[in-house]
Amino acid sequence: MAAPVQEALASTHVEKKKKPPKRYWEETKTEDDKTTDKGKNSEVEAPHEVTEKKPYQRRKERKRRVERTIMSGKNDPFPGEAAIPEQQLKKFERGKKFQKLNNTRMKAKEIITKCEAASELAQKEAARYDLMLPEDAGFLEGDEGEDTCTVSQEDIAEAVDITSGAKYFNLHLTQFGPYRLDYSRTGRHLLLGGRRGHVSCIDWQTKHLMCEMNVMETVQDIKWLHTESMFAVAQKKWLYIYDSKGIELHCIKKFNDVLRMQFLPYHFLLATASATSFLQYLDVSVGKEVAAICTRSGRLDVMAQNPHNAIIHLGHPNGTVSLWSPNQKEPLVKMLCHRGAVRSLTVDKTGTYMVTSGLDRRLKVYDIRAFKPLHKYFLPAGASCLSLSQKGLLSAATGDVVQVYRDVWGGGPVSKPYMAHRVRGSVWGVGFCPFEDVLGIGHGEGFTSMIVPGAGEPNFDALDVNPYRSIKQRQEWEVKALLEKVQPELIGLDPGLLGKVDQATFEQKHKERVEALGYDPLANEKFKPRFKKRGKSTAGAVEKRKKKVGHEDQRDVIRKTVEERMEREKERKERSKQLAEQGGKTALARFKK
Amino acid sequence: MKVKVLCRNPDDYVRETSKDIQRVPRNYDPTLHPFEVPREYTRALNATKLDRLFAKPFVASLDGHRDGVNCIARHTKSLSTVLSGACDGQVKLWNLSKRECLRTIQAHEGFVRGICSRFCGTSFFTVGDDKTIKQWNMEAPGYGVQEEPLTTILGKAVYTGIDHHQSEGTFATCGQTVDIWDEQRSSPIRSFSWGVDSFSCVRYNPVETELLASCASDRSIVLYDTRESAPLKKVVMQLRSNTLCWNPMEAYNFTCSNEDYNLYTYDMRRLDTPVTVHMDHVSAVLDVDYSPTGREFVSASFDKTVRIFPKHSGHSREVYHTKRMQHVICVRWSADDKYILSGSDEMNIRIWKANASEKLGVLTAREKAAIHYNQKLKEKFQHHPQVKRIARHRHLPRDIFKQKRELREMKEARRRKEQNVRKHSKPDSVPLVTEKEKHVVTVVE
Repeated sequence: MAAPVQEALASTHVEKKKKPPKRYWEETKTEDDKTTDKGKNSEVEAPHEVTEKKPYQRRKERKRRVERTIMSGKNDPFPGEAAIPEQQLKKFERGKKFQKLNNTRMKAKEIITKCEAASELAQKEAARYDLMLPEDAGFLEGDEGEDTCTVSQEDIAEAVDITSGAKYFNLHLTQFGPYRLDYSRTGRHLLLGGRRGHVSCIDWQTKHLMCEMNVMETVQDIKWLHTESMFAVAQKKWLYIYDSKGIELHCIKKFNDVLRMQFLPYHFLLATASATSFLQYLDVSVGKEVAAICTRSGRLDVMAQNPHNAIIHLGHPNGTVSLWSPNQKEPLVKMLCHRGAVRSLTVDKTGTYMVTSGLDRRLKVYDIRAFKPLHKYFLPAGASCLSLSQKGLLSAATGDVVQVYRDVWGGGPVSKPYMAHRVRGSVWGVGFCPFEDVLGIGHGEGFTSMIVPGAGEPNFDALDVNPYRSIKQRQEWEVKALLEKVQPELIGLDPGLLGKVDQATFEQKHKERVEALGYDPLANEKFKPRFKKRGKSTAGAVEKRKKKVGHEDQRDVIRKTVEERMEREKERKERSKQLAEQGGKTALARFKK
Repeated sequence: MKVKVLCRNPDDYVRETSKDIQRVPRNYDPTLHPFEVPREYTRALNATKLDRLFAKPFVASLDGHRDGVNCIARHTKSLSTVLSGACDGQVKLWNLSKRECLRTIQAHEGFVRGICSRFCGTSFFTVGDDKTIKQWNMEAPGYGVQEEPLTTILGKAVYTGIDHHQSEGTFATCGQTVDIWDEQRSSPIRSFSWGVDSFSCVRYNPVETELLASCASDRSIVLYDTRESAPLKKVVMQLRSNTLCWNPMEAYNFTCSNEDYNLYTYDMRRLDTPVTVHMDHVSAVLDVDYSPTGREFVSASFDKTVRIFPKHSGHSREVYHTKRMQHVICVRWSADDKYILSGSDEMNIRIWKANASEKLGVLTAREKAAIHYNQKLKEKFQHHPQVKRIARHRHLPRDIFKQKRELREMKEARRRKEQNVRKHSKPDSVPLVTEKEKHVVTVVE
């Protein structure tokens, strides 16, 4: 019905000025008309055409048509599958290829080649998929002669779109000051803990306050557990766990005087460091203490986790950093990093680099695969808080100024910060928000959310962490995550150790075999004299028989040692003979002419 | 100043309506997925545990026979039909999907010794202790019509086994001799004997269809070619073999069940040593049957268990037993590779799953994918001690467990003794004999 009206309009002069946008029904309608018109035409023409053509001719024509399509295929200017950039491929490389296949057995060779083909295909597919990821990382570039660190937050907030601009905000909380903070793993929820007892959790993007309370006690540290429905608060005496509505779920009196906490999400472990120099691990899925380690190194108020292998790093007042796993009472590694106490430390997500700052006002970057320092920086005021973003930006708080550095480990040393921002009070805690270009700063006068372009990972994996998950999805994820909870025994310096070939020594294998069998299959059995009748089993006779066997064994041993000695003698003789043949080269022989 | 800040449009990440499925954007970057190996290991461990948890192999029991079940045969055309013969001369046809008896025939007086279906599936043959061979129609007779065999052949001696040719109208029986019969004649067209007084089993080769193998009571396994007048060759073992079965895929291999608690897989071309010795039973092995894929076989034993062996493995991967199952006399693998049928002394035919933890029924695509993924994980981590221990563990009845331990002790004692003998005799005068060589006495061409 619409089409005729439009037709009538088309003839008027109004149409020339402004054409109304075409609607889909209109277009299809006209097309239909055309096709029906054509159909009518063809119906008229078709009969004699069909009668003219004979079947074999038709077949020929069809064949020709097929050939033509093949012709176009032959001239494909880009034959084969599309190339994948080397760098992309390298990103998904897992281990090196098997080098020697000559000495392996036929069957093993077959299996190895098959596995390698499969993994190569997986690598290629993943690399191809990587090119299609929807989001790009943020960036900030200054004009000519303009330093990016001079760009103020207000300018950035004005330059970007409204939703992004709203991510720069200040919370003025002057009463219960200095604040510690923690973002949940999805980056949606923010937890604030004021030193004087103020605890609140916020869905910070919508600014929806989930709960707010005062625990009426000192709050040392605050941490989300595996989901945004539970968080742990280290209070003056004990460790408490609250749910997202602020209801106290647990008070764990076994964990006292906790100063710092870290949550290991894949192990469901809450690691706490206390003022009494205890490092304790709490399994939050079953509520059991997994390990309690007395570190014997005083007050533990510097703590970080390595997200790559779940090792806990502790900084000590004597300038050392120690690495801990729950399976060992001693530190795995102890390294001297600073002269003077360690103030803060952080580890990057690939587990390759560690950044530390100390009272000696230095900032050091370490390669923790080799345990070697890479770069040293001198900060005039020293950094009190450090944090690394997913993309490797480093934020360092010096007094009331937060500086963000870029490329701290790549290439040469860094001379200028990437960004800087001054807050009102002295900084108490910093943390990058995962999957967002945002840095949270907790300070004496409240909380500041700062925009740092290029900080967050642009593309998340929804099966792992999904910022947009629904409640149902979260519940499902929780069940799955609990099912594949990694046992604390598997924490070690190399997380991939389980996938490697265990080249155990013979001794070790033998030991395991003995354990499995319950007896030693290779051991010499102790001779048990059989009972014989007619007075042959008197004590003396039995002893005699025992001795006989004992002598036999001894003879075996003697025979063996004699043989060995003979062989050695023979070898020695041969060697001396060879020497004599060569002309008796002594130490002085070289002076002879 | 140029600036770009990450800003996602929620519409790209949240489903449009509640009827849609949820959007799941992926990023396969390895740095976003830490603890790859430990997590996979945990999944593999869980999969192995679930596998044992869901291992409920017993499907059903077919009761109705009034004496021990002596022989079972598959229908060559119908998956759901199975024939069984009992010790009282009764033959029953079963419908497996309905788990009910279709037909009962009083076929023989005394034992039904052998039963086999014709290749076309229209009739079947039975032999019995009454020295007769009978051919029966697979279709039930009309209402009120007497159950009559199509043909009956009266022989001179008791027949102990029967097998039908794959595609021709000939069949083979064994008794005092191995006879080849034409269906149209009442006397054998050929009969073989090699100084043997009786045979217990005869089987046609499924690929080289003119080849036959039989187990004789003089501890030998004899091979025949029906085109020749004399037997081909035989291997004499230390103890008697009860039955044998050809591998349907690699038809030059066959496996025989022996009285010495072991099964032996032979290559027809090299009979001097078996390819593999399969140990685990603690009593005489009575029957063996290959799966249609030829990768595994099942064995029935006098020790009241059914065991499944991979064809290359020296030990079984699975053992089935119940409190009520007595000596298992015959066992067959179903033609769809999914079930195992065992007939035992206490008059029951039991249906087992070939894969103990398999889920029966139609699977959704996601279920299938999960099963494949778990299978691969289990394979990948199969050598890890935890996984291996859980995957290997089987509960055994007390008697069998004790007997097993006893056998192990005996074997160890024998080994020790041999070692001592070797130690106290002239070097090289006591040769080392491998387990494979030990059981073969001679090969006669």
